[in-house]
Amino acid sequence: MGKTFSKPEAMSSNMTHYCPGCTHGIVHRLVAEAIDELGIRGRTVGIAPVGCAVLCYNYFDFDFQEAAHGRAPAMATGIKRVRPDLIVFTYQGDGDLASIGMGEIIHAANRGEKFTTIFINNAIYGMTGGQMAPTTMPGQRATTAPTGRDTELTGMPIRMANLLKELVTPGYITRQAVLNPKQINKAKKAIKKAFEYQVANKCFSFVEVISTCPTNWGLTPLDALKWAEDTLLPYYELGDYKIPE
Amino acid sequence: MAKVLMKGNEAIGEAAIRAGCLNYFAYPITPQSEVAEYLAKRMPEVGGVFLQGESEVAVGYMIFGAAGCGERVMTTSSSPGISLMSEALSYIAAAQCPAVFVNIMRGGPGLGGILPSQGDYFQAVKGGGHGDYHLLVFAPDGVQEAVEMTMNAFTLAEKYRGPVMILGDGMIGQMMEPVEFPDNLKSEPSNKDAWATSGMDKRKSDKRNLVRSLFLDPTELNANNLALKAKYVQMKKEEILYEGYNTDLDYKVLIVSYGTMSRVCKTSIDMMKEEGIEVGLLRPRTLFPFPEEAIFKAATRESCKAVISIEMSMGQMVEDVERCVRGQRKVDFYGECGGDIPTPEKIIEVVKGLL
Repeated sequence: MGKTFSKPEAMSSNMTHYCPGCTHGIVHRLVAEAIDELGIRGRTVGIAPVGCAVLCYNYFDFDFQEAAHGRAPAMATGIKRVRPDLIVFTYQGDGDLASIGMGEIIHAANRGEKFTTIFINNAIYGMTGGQMAPTTMPGQRATTAPTGRDTELTGMPIRMANLLKELVTPGYITRQAVLNPKQINKAKKAIKKAFEYQVANKCFSFVEVISTCPTNWGLTPLDALKWAEDTLLPYYELGDYKIPE
Repeated sequence: MAKVLMKGNEAIGEAAIRAGCLNYFAYPITPQSEVAEYLAKRMPEVGGVFLQGESEVAVGYMIFGAAGCGERVMTTSSSPGISLMSEALSYIAAAQCPAVFVNIMRGGPGLGGILPSQGDYFQAVKGGGHGDYHLLVFAPDGVQEAVEMTMNAFTLAEKYRGPVMILGDGMIGQMMEPVEFPDNLKSEPSNKDAWATSGMDKRKSDKRNLVRSLFLDPTELNANNLALKAKYVQMKKEEILYEGYNTDLDYKVLIVSYGTMSRVCKTSIDMMKEEGIEVGLLRPRTLFPFPEEAIFKAATRESCKAVISIEMSMGQMVEDVERCVRGQRKVDFYGECGGDIPTPEKIIEVVKGLL
């Protein structure tokens, strides 16, 4: 019997550094599959964020640039404007995109930059060790919110997909999750669609992915999946928020 | 080509196009907004890219992205804006990408003022951003030199794979002078296939390129810093530019001054000559690398009794002048930086005080 399953060409053979139960690896694979299926690996440039995925270029096999914290959408803008033939995507976490990089993502989306953003929302800072993110849930513990997020002091979690959909500029804005196989299949379709909009030079495309961080949530991988289902999904509703005409 | 009368800011914009740079990102700030206004009109005419970013922070990274994928790119700003771009400058230097930054300096610190200043010498020459890096820094003294330095900056940015800064001031940006754009300063972009993220298809390669500044392994980081240092050593050998004015005579005082300030100093020197007082001027045209030996030699000429650094600052370049003179002469300083440029008469008074 021949080979029936292999890694996407757009992925490298390196072992990832991600913690057990982390969903970054799943999302990496979905991105790589979409790039393979669209045959765009040779003209794709990824932008790595600052956060757990800062080294994500070690797990992909195509051109990559590494941004400063939050600045990936500005770098993607610079590349896409001077080389519109390239396929450009940013891969950013919630500290990177929704906190320090809020200005860059809003303006890139509002200019309708023709690149794709994959936004990993796991409601916490991962790499720096579990600090509160703008997406951290009310009462959720973090190392900088030891008794749980106090919304009187820090406001409510930011829902990026909801925020970006309000921009008048057309775009593809969706929120997906990768907590079970069904969701993973849907997320894959959304990621591929996001790249298809870019290939067609249609619009800015944004895929928020509800993810887990068992290590910094202090949960086992399985409990983390359940906690995300029970706590994150009711607040971060899944689905397409905006589709270009 | 015939000379045309142009405002410095517009001439800098045109110089970029003439040098073959068709990509420009910027954020408006006085006193250099005319560069953006000029290129908003001109770039579409030549099939180039103009984009007004949402902030200087973002513009810094638009430049980084465009430079990283191998395209010629420029931004212009003024002092507070350059502070915001300094984060990106550090990353661009670390990732070894060619890019041109123009700083049309205004008074600081803080919001300061909008009049000409040379208060960003330290920022341009000593860092600005974090970490061990330098910019190749050119200091034009007028519109023509600003044009030539800007045109040449793209070639040098590619030669050294790093950021180059044109350090002008509000006077150079705002004044009009006759200018020409020398064809010989236009260069073909270098081949960037070895490192730029231009897409594997374009390079006909199956090897991907990475543009990055994170080196968690200390040996790797050290190696990157040594590679940067080697460039700075090479710049010191190959790129130092300076001008001597009245330095072939036996002068009693040597002025060290750059940019707009040096032109006022030249007027003072001419006026003192009529009185029979010989004063020399050494004008650094590159601030990094700095003309260390030229200053030492000019300062230690037997006839020279005193050295003075004259700046539109509270005393920044003077620290480098002192370093170059190595204690062989007393080094004085005179400067103003509220936006009032010292007059020739004031400089004469100061210089005579040294005699």
